[in-house]
Amino acid sequence: MAEIVLDKVTKRYPDGALAVSEVDIRIADGEFVILVGPSGCGKSTTLNMIAGLEDITEGELRIDGERVNERAPKDRDIAMVFQSYALYPHMSVRENMAFPLRLAKVDKETVRQKVEEAARILDLTQHLDRKPGNLSGGQRQRVAMGRAIVRDPKAFLMDEPLSNLDAKLRVQMRTSVAKLQKRLGTTTVYVTHDQTEAMTLGDRVVVMRGGLVQQIGSPQSLYEQPANLFVAGFIGSPSMNFLPATLADGHLHTPLGDFPLTDRVRRLAETANAPRELIMGLRPEHFEDAGLLDDAEKARGGTFTASVDVLESMGSDKYAYFTVEGETATSAELEELAAESGSTEMTDNGSQVVTRLSAASGARIGSDLTVWFDPDKIHLFDPQDGRTLTYSS
Amino acid sequence: MAVIGTKAPGGLKARWTLIDIIVVVYALVPVLWILSLSFKTKDTLADRNFFPREWTWQNYIDIFNTSEFLRALLNSIGIAVIATVIAVVLGTMAAYAIARLDFPGKRLLVGVSLLIAMFPQVSLVTPLFEMERSLGLFDTWPGLILPYITFALPLAIYTLSAFFREIPWELEKAAKMDGATPAQAFRRVIAPLAAPGVFTTAILVFIFCWNDFLFAISLTSTTASRTVPAALSFFQGSSRFEDPTGTVSAAAVVITIPIILFVLFFQRRIVAGLTSGAVKG
Repeated sequence: MAEIVLDKVTKRYPDGALAVSEVDIRIADGEFVILVGPSGCGKSTTLNMIAGLEDITEGELRIDGERVNERAPKDRDIAMVFQSYALYPHMSVRENMAFPLRLAKVDKETVRQKVEEAARILDLTQHLDRKPGNLSGGQRQRVAMGRAIVRDPKAFLMDEPLSNLDAKLRVQMRTSVAKLQKRLGTTTVYVTHDQTEAMTLGDRVVVMRGGLVQQIGSPQSLYEQPANLFVAGFIGSPSMNFLPATLADGHLHTPLGDFPLTDRVRRLAETANAPRELIMGLRPEHFEDAGLLDDAEKARGGTFTASVDVLESMGSDKYAYFTVEGETATSAELEELAAESGSTEMTDNGSQVVTRLSAASGARIGSDLTVWFDPDKIHLFDPQDGRTLTYSS
Repeated sequence: MAVIGTKAPGGLKARWTLIDIIVVVYALVPVLWILSLSFKTKDTLADRNFFPREWTWQNYIDIFNTSEFLRALLNSIGIAVIATVIAVVLGTMAAYAIARLDFPGKRLLVGVSLLIAMFPQVSLVTPLFEMERSLGLFDTWPGLILPYITFALPLAIYTLSAFFREIPWELEKAAKMDGATPAQAFRRVIAPLAAPGVFTTAILVFIFCWNDFLFAISLTSTTASRTVPAALSFFQGSSRFEDPTGTVSAAAVVITIPIILFVLFFQRRIVAGLTSGAVKG
């Protein structure tokens, strides 16, 4: 149990490359914190610095108020679960889990008790005498967790521990990891590139990009109040729609049509001193099939009509994809997000809009549909630096 | 269907078996011939029979009765074992560094060791002879052990670094996180996993030292350090007119036995894929 504080922690490689820049995070005792971001954002480097596997170039790392920058990993009392599990292949499951205890010179009877206790929690009892090579992926993953929990460390570090499992097992293990962490109440830092994992697991999520912390907050606050374009686009699936917009006389001109700003949005935009040219963001769930709404509700928002490109019926909802005419929103952040998600599917003319409609919607591929959207839910971003103009962070 | 299905692999198997037998026979005939010669009596040596008509242990008794051969055997074992141990220990450290660390001059080191391996040994014999004579190393054990280490090291470094590269680095990180000092991590995690590589290398280096004739004949002059391959060439009959073929054959068989034992003993330990299960996949 411990509080972990990263105070302006920086990692610079000998060749001058800056991997992590002045990261400030205060992780409370027992908290489950997720570091999330695209590959190369510095999240694993940050984790390795907490572990002691990489040196800290500048800044200070404190565990329980004590500076530990110079301490070897073994003196930090932290356990780590690796992406590859890193089980010792020449040892049985029992020996693997007992290894940290035996290094700590714990007596044999206690070792046996602790290993069996951990095996019971992780449902590994019948596999204790097998070698890792004979275990399935999920079992290996649990052994790796077991090796971390047996010695009751101050903190757990997990480096994408679920990314080698297949999709179904991953979801299953996700809930077990969350339950285990709550049960043990051990401070945990968890690295992932999967925003769904980040949203579902963490008490707090740290979004990183290019070695910089973009935003720290609860999953819900990141979702509702993203600090910038990158966070807005990274958190949420399907991701937020971004469209270019021009602000004039309290009206917003967008490819979805012109509409007045709501009072709330106008006040925020004025406070933030919004420029004329903007990027507007709107999440898929803030759209609805106009045909399903009564007139009063319809009048409260804007509508646009376009032909349905793709329709995905999820049972509970329908995702309808449209292409709206006009320019596309461009910024460095958006390009990086597109590269990360591998979406090379750039429409030549116009931008793609993803909407989540009720299952009752009569949308059909190829035919026109009038879609309503909620103008009070829009996010406005400065295209120059990507910062939000509609929420104070 | 079933008949065809079983017949085709059956035919394939027979063909492979035949080819295997041909290869094995081709490789073994000279060895078996020497074995046969070693059991023949002096009179039947040149009778062109594969199987001796008269079996005798006399050749073996003769060679073990000469102090020359026993002394050479002792030299061979001592020199090969010492050279192997030193080369493998140094090679392990060097290979670990090459596989795991980034240090200035790493490529140069690898390049130079490759160069040594490629260097024609014949061209070094004369300078080595002169150097060892002036240093007082000529005709001593160190006089052979040193060049053996030199030429075995590149081999050891190459084989071992390939094995070290196979061991996932994360295992070492995991050991550190589990509370191991670097020495403990090496001893309890890396070394057991590298063991098959170390044994393989040891066998290769031992065979290299054991079989060497060039240095053995050039850098020795007496039984003080002459190894078996060199001593064999000095074997003569008790008189000028006696044919030493029988005793030479017996000696050749005797010095093959340690190699066979060595390989058989360590073969069990050379288990491929020991690292499977460490990481995903």
